[in-house]
Amino acid sequence: MISRRDFLQVGMAASAIVGASGFGNWARLAAQQSLTQDQLLEFDTFGNVSLIHVTDIHGQLKPIYFREPSINIGVGGNKGVVPHVTGADFRKLYGIADGSPSHYALSSGDFSSLAQTYGRVGGLDRVATVIKAIRADRPDAILLDGGDTWHGSYTCLKTQGQDMVNVMNALAPDAMTFHWELTLGSDRVAELVEQLPFAALGQNIFDAEWDEPTELFPPYKMFERGGTKIAVIGQAFPYMPIANPGWMFPEYAFGIRDEHMAAMVEEVRAAGAECVVVLSHNGFDVDKKMASVVPGIDVILSGHTHDALPEPVQVGETIIVPSGSNGKFVSRVDLDIRDGRMMGYRTKLIPIFSDVITPDAEVAALIDEQRAPYLAEMSEVIGQTDSLLYRRGNFNGTWDDLICDALLSERDAEIALSPGVRWGPSLVPGQDITREDIFGVTSMSYGQAYRTEMTGDFLKVVLEDVADNIFNPDPYYQQGGDMVRTGGLGYRIDVSKPQGERISNMTLVNTGEAIDPAKSYVVAGWASVNEDTEGPQIWDVVESHIRKLGTVTVQDNTNVDVVGV
Amino acid sequence: MELTRRKILAIGSGTLALASFTGLPAFASLTDEAIAALTGGADIGEGVVVLTAPEIAENGNTVPVKVEAPGAVSITLFADGNPVPNVATFNFGPLSASRSASTRIRLAATQNVVAIAKMEDGSFQMAKANVKVTIGGCGG
Repeated sequence: MISRRDFLQVGMAASAIVGASGFGNWARLAAQQSLTQDQLLEFDTFGNVSLIHVTDIHGQLKPIYFREPSINIGVGGNKGVVPHVTGADFRKLYGIADGSPSHYALSSGDFSSLAQTYGRVGGLDRVATVIKAIRADRPDAILLDGGDTWHGSYTCLKTQGQDMVNVMNALAPDAMTFHWELTLGSDRVAELVEQLPFAALGQNIFDAEWDEPTELFPPYKMFERGGTKIAVIGQAFPYMPIANPGWMFPEYAFGIRDEHMAAMVEEVRAAGAECVVVLSHNGFDVDKKMASVVPGIDVILSGHTHDALPEPVQVGETIIVPSGSNGKFVSRVDLDIRDGRMMGYRTKLIPIFSDVITPDAEVAALIDEQRAPYLAEMSEVIGQTDSLLYRRGNFNGTWDDLICDALLSERDAEIALSPGVRWGPSLVPGQDITREDIFGVTSMSYGQAYRTEMTGDFLKVVLEDVADNIFNPDPYYQQGGDMVRTGGLGYRIDVSKPQGERISNMTLVNTGEAIDPAKSYVVAGWASVNEDTEGPQIWDVVESHIRKLGTVTVQDNTNVDVVGV
Repeated sequence: MELTRRKILAIGSGTLALASFTGLPAFASLTDEAIAALTGGADIGEGVVVLTAPEIAENGNTVPVKVEAPGAVSITLFADGNPVPNVATFNFGPLSASRSASTRIRLAATQNVVAIAKMEDGSFQMAKANVKVTIGGCGG
C-alpha cells in the first residue's frame, strides 16, 4: 500500500478536473505524476465574472469518504447520457485513467483501495481555502450555495442547523436556495433565514394559502460585478411537501413553476441583467428540461441529485453545472459577459482532496468550536465494519442493507423499508463506526422508526409509486431520489415500463414465497412524512443493532432484479 | 389488522402520504361525453388556452389551477379522473379585462385536467395538463 506521504510525493496521476477549456489536460496532468493544491486550484482566469458553486453539503463540516454510484439509470431522453453513466463507462467517456485521482473523485469502482491511497474528501475548512484562493484571483466572485446545507450530521441535528449557518457565514456566500432546510420546521427556518447576511432565494417558494411569492424567500437578487449586472434566481427543491413532511412547513407551496421562472427571467432582463444564473435544487434532469423550456438562462448551477461532472452540459444556450455533494467539490465558473450576453465560459470542478488542500485555520477553528460540545458523545465507537458501507445508487447500498437489517431484527419485522435518499458519507473496510457515522446516514427531524402492517397489494402500490418518481420518462415528474430500499423483500423491476407495470416477482427473501396481495405483513421503516409517526429514532435502532454485531459484514444484495435498462 | 386509507395515511413508510392508483380511471369517457356535449362535436383547436397546474399535486384535495384564454367567452374545466368530471365554467363578458381564472380543485388520483374555451367567434380551444397524485419519493 502506498502511504499518504508517498502518494503526495510521487502520486499516481494528477487531477485537476478541468471542464470545457481543459479537456486535453488529463494526459498532461497525469504525466506530471503529482497532485498539489496549486494544481487543484490552477485556473486560467477568464472573462469578467466568476461564480463559485457549492451544493448539497448535508452538514458535512469535516472530511469524509464518499463513493459515487455504480447504478444511476436514465430513462426517456436521458437514457445513457450523463449523469446516467457510471464507473468504467464514465471514465471512458471523459478520458479518465483507471486508478487516477479523478477516477476516485468522480466514479465508482475499486473504491475501498483508492480510498486508502487518496484519503478523505471535503471538509469546509478545505472548501474555505479554495474559495479564498478563487477570491484572491477574482475578489468579486459570487459564491452560491445550492441548499441541503443545514441537514445531515449529528451537530446539525442537535443545533437545528446553527452549526452550518455559523460556518457557512464565515465563507460569506452571496445567496442560497433550499430543500432539507425546511425540515427544521418553518419557524426555525424563518429564524435562521432572518439572520442570514446573504439572500435566501426561491422563485418557486410560494405562500400556500395565497399561492403567491413569499417575502422571506425573494425570487432573485441582482449583483453588479465585473462591470456588468448578473441576476441570480433561486429554484428550491420543487417537491418538498411530497418527498418530505409538508406538515413541518405548511405555510409554503413549491412546484417547478417554470412559467414563473420564465417571467422572472424576463423581469431581470428588463431590469438590466446581462447574465442570468439559476441557483437550482431541481436535480440534473429537471434542470435540463427547464433549460429547454425557459429561454434566457445562461447558467444553471445544479444541485439535488448529487451529480458531479467534469464539464458542463449545454442545452441550447444554457450551460448546466452540477457540483456534487457532501463538500466533495467546488465549481468555479468564469464567464465572459459582454454586450448583454454570455460570450464564453470556462469552468472547473475542483475536487476537495482533504490531504492535498491545506485547511483554512480560521474556519477549521470555527468548525471545531461547533463540534466541541458534542465531540465526546458523537466520537463514541459503536462497532467496526469489514465491508465498504455506502449509499449512492438507484437500489440498495450497503449502508441501507445494514439499516434494513437493523429494522428487521430490532423491530421484529418481516419487511423493512428505508428511504432512497442520496446523502450519507461512506465508510471503508476496517473503519470504526462511530455514533457520528450513524447520524451521517440517518439524521433528520423525522427519524422515528415505525412498525406496522401492510398488505402485499399496498406494498406493490408503494414500490410502483416510488419507482415512478425515479423512472418516469418525463423529468418534471421525477423527484430526484433513489428507489425505496427494501429488507426481507425481493422484487423485479422493469424500468422501461409505465407506472403500475414495473414491479413484479415480489417475494419474501427468507422463505422465497411470493408476496400475497391480500395478506398483511409486518413492516418496519423510518422517515415517514406523516405527522405523529411513533417509534424509536432510527439512529438508536441502528446503533443497538451494530452494538450487537460488533463487527459489521454486509453481503452483496441480490434481492432486486433490474431489467429494461 | 385491516388497512383503511386513513390508517395508511397515518402510518406511512419511507415517504408514504397519499395512496394513489395507477393508470387513468374509467371516468375519462365521461369527460369525452361532457366535452362533446359542450362543443356539439365541433373541432377543438390548441395553442390559445394556457393551463397552469402543478406536475405533481402537493395535496390532491386542493390543487391550484389557473387558466387563461384571450378572446374566450367561457372556459370550462374538467378533471377526467374524478367521478364527476365537470369542475367549473367561467364566463367572461365583453368588458372582462382578462379572460383568466384561478381556482383549486380536488383530484381523486393521477389524471388530466382539461380546459375547453369557447371563443368569441364560436370556435373551441383546449389545453390539457397531467397532474400526478403520488405518495412521493425521497429527495436527495
